[in-house]
Amino acid sequence: MTTAHPSESTATATPHDPAAAMLEETRGLIDDLSLGAVHQWKAEHPGGLAIGYMPIYVPRPFMEAMGCLPVAVFGGGDQTDIIRGDSYFQSYICHIPRSTLELAFSKRLDVLDGMLFPSICDVIRNLGGMWQMLFPERYSAYVDLPQDFDETRGGLFYAYEIKRIAADLVRLGARPLTDDALRAALAQENLRRTALMKLDELRRVEPWRVRASEAYIIARAGSVLTTEAHTALVNRFLARAAERIPRAYDNVRVVVRGSFCEQPPLALIRTLEASGCDIVDDDLQLGLRFIEGMFDENAADPLMELVRGYLRHGVATASRYIGTDVKGEALVKRVQACGAEGVIFAAASFCDPALLDQPMLEAALDRAAIPHTGLKYGENTGQFQVIREQAGAFSDAVKLWGSAA
Amino acid sequence: MTTIPILDPVKPAASTGSSKDDSQVRQKEMIGDHFERLSTAKEDGRKVVYTFVPGNLTELLRSLDLLPVLPEINALQAGMRKQSGAFIAEAEKLGHSEDVCTYVKCDIGMMKSGGIGPTGKRLPEPDLLLLSYTGCFTFMKWFELLREQYNCPVVMLHVPYQGEGKVTPEMRKYVVDQLERDVIPALEKLAGKKLDMKDLARRLDLSRQAEDDLVKVWESAKHRPSPIDGYFGGVYYIGPIFSAFRGTEEAVEYYKLLRAEVEERMARNEGPMTPDGPSTKERYRLVIEGPPNWTSFTDFWRMFSREGATVVASTYTRVGGLYDDGFRHDPENPLESLADYCLGCYTNHSLPARTAMIEKYVRDYEADGFLINSVKSCNSFSAGQLLILREIEKRTGVPGGFVESDLVDPRYFGKANIENRVQSYLQMLEARKDRGAT
Ligand code: SF4
Ligand code: SF4
Repeated sequence: MTTAHPSESTATATPHDPAAAMLEETRGLIDDLSLGAVHQWKAEHPGGLAIGYMPIYVPRPFMEAMGCLPVAVFGGGDQTDIIRGDSYFQSYICHIPRSTLELAFSKRLDVLDGMLFPSICDVIRNLGGMWQMLFPERYSAYVDLPQDFDETRGGLFYAYEIKRIAADLVRLGARPLTDDALRAALAQENLRRTALMKLDELRRVEPWRVRASEAYIIARAGSVLTTEAHTALVNRFLARAAERIPRAYDNVRVVVRGSFCEQPPLALIRTLEASGCDIVDDDLQLGLRFIEGMFDENAADPLMELVRGYLRHGVATASRYIGTDVKGEALVKRVQACGAEGVIFAAASFCDPALLDQPMLEAALDRAAIPHTGLKYGENTGQFQVIREQAGAFSDAVKLWGSAA
Repeated sequence: MTTIPILDPVKPAASTGSSKDDSQVRQKEMIGDHFERLSTAKEDGRKVVYTFVPGNLTELLRSLDLLPVLPEINALQAGMRKQSGAFIAEAEKLGHSEDVCTYVKCDIGMMKSGGIGPTGKRLPEPDLLLLSYTGCFTFMKWFELLREQYNCPVVMLHVPYQGEGKVTPEMRKYVVDQLERDVIPALEKLAGKKLDMKDLARRLDLSRQAEDDLVKVWESAKHRPSPIDGYFGGVYYIGPIFSAFRGTEEAVEYYKLLRAEVEERMARNEGPMTPDGPSTKERYRLVIEGPPNWTSFTDFWRMFSREGATVVASTYTRVGGLYDDGFRHDPENPLESLADYCLGCYTNHSLPARTAMIEKYVRDYEADGFLINSVKSCNSFSAGQLLILREIEKRTGVPGGFVESDLVDPRYFGKANIENRVQSYLQMLEARKDRGAT
């Protein structure tokens, strides 16, 4: 393998990049905080409900089966001036709730007919309560994901949660949830999963062909698209990426963890790449990958199939209780499976789930002699020099000694 | 998050000869005895269960002769004994982030420093971790961290959150199912015996009696002057019932005694005890939201007591059980009532429900002011408090105050700054009174 300067290793830098235009266009989709794509969907689907939801995960297929568009809301990123949102949160609370409120105050979320707040942490939970108080005229609901993974206990409770919200959506004008429609939605979700798995596989095997920052843009577009449209987009991108001309370079293969909720600025992901890291796996955009594997789209009881997907095949992440498995084992396996040489923990500042989890994951990596480093960010972080130096030093150390020492 | 100080910052009531300090002495003895029992638990062959204050299942544990250890209490005790700073530093040295709950770090630091408990004796290692996941996400992480240290089983009880402001039959069933099929069998296995439902019912009846008396104590603050301080003094009152004693005869006696003392004080039109002796003049009646700071607890208290500010109601004293909304443990429906207890703890309530509760306290207790002590550690309490502040002001017309500190991290208790804020706030209340505002 030859060594190239990291900045030269960016496939998209070539003038004839067959995927460049598409990436540019898709970037526009995710940067559009006024949710133009959702407006467009509503114009094309009169009476259709657009239902926003906070990270990480809600069971989207049941909403699609009811003719709704689930819309993932990730706050305001680095493009939103926080004018009112800050006055609702103390300085020691992460950034995403304040920028999400800012979006709502500035009416950019008005296109949404409702908001769901899944149980991933106390901040999102309390933000759900604030929503009820600040926007009493708008529909919102808390989605309690079970931490008891027994089908007859947590499973039944979770099915009840889904039915409860489905009944609310019917009251708002959605069509009732039927088994056939849910089976069809599960089938669509399987197609998306297949496409995303191909995308992930490609960047694992040929990271020069698809950079993490590009995979991120393509995956995140699913926030504002129907499953069908998103699947088509991912597949189109895969076809373009296949046309890229191979380039060789010598980067360190890393896994990034801790970024499942508040998203880092895209420039931060690119900074990591420019520091000599190929991010071959990450938990950015975890919601769409939360269920590992496929649904049985012919299940006799498709609602319980949706429930089982979460109970049995939910990904190991900080907001999910790890009952019997060894903490961090899933991460070690993942690192090994994708041939990564190290892990970068990148967590939002003040993110309890990520930061409380991190020492346990680090211990598991230490046991497996996998090097790691950690950094914190805010979605509006604008300075990357320190991160660049830290990630550069990490990748150099791993390259030279196979460890972060 | 919670609350059983056994150190006694309140001076004994000088030489009144009255029984007003009896409950305090009794409380201290009870909790001291519990720690004593814990220190010899292993030699005595007693099994130990670590669990949390909110959503604790003390009656169940007691019925099976199991001893509870509550790590939040160890952390707060370490805070009061000025040990928490070193424990937190130890945990941060081990890689725990400065951004997360300091109770967790204090506990981990204590464990790594030899596991010496508040009475100076070693705490027994757990035979089982009972993760009652009630109203705080950190609980889950905390016990995952403890599980890494101790080689013992963990049982999870997932208590759903009252996101929509109510307990549904499905939520209750989910908790009861877990109790019946997971929690109780695991506890029975540990105890080596079957749960005697009659004994459990008897204990729930004892809980109910103690809860009745505790509510009377809280309600005494409606009297002017209030005979209690429902926050700084209140954390002592909740000691027995929030820790190892709910469902025991000792707790029933303690709360009878406490209630009698308080009623006597009320009859004599006396104010509460303060760190400097009995309060002589009630100038301000406050409601406080948020946990106290433990590292400078007495200093913090004095900022109020020396100005004649009495806390007539607080939310923190409801974290281990909200009884003044009418809930009581019910011997007729043991498991359902344990489920309802867990579901009803303060931090398991939605933000609108918490706001409504505070509004009610401000009105019912005729408070002059409402103050939030926002702690850096605790997202469960803190996220959303600024909205609560605005809402309460808007709904009641009572002015709100806001200070920031931490539970057990001494770095976040800026005494001068907090004192300034408290004083300006009280002066503002004074000026309002002068203007005749209601
Ligand atoms: S960034 Fe972390 S703490 Fe903040 S809302 Fe998301 S999960 Fe919760
Ligand atoms: S986050 Fe708050 S409620 Fe949770 S353990 Fe820490 S102090 Fe207690």
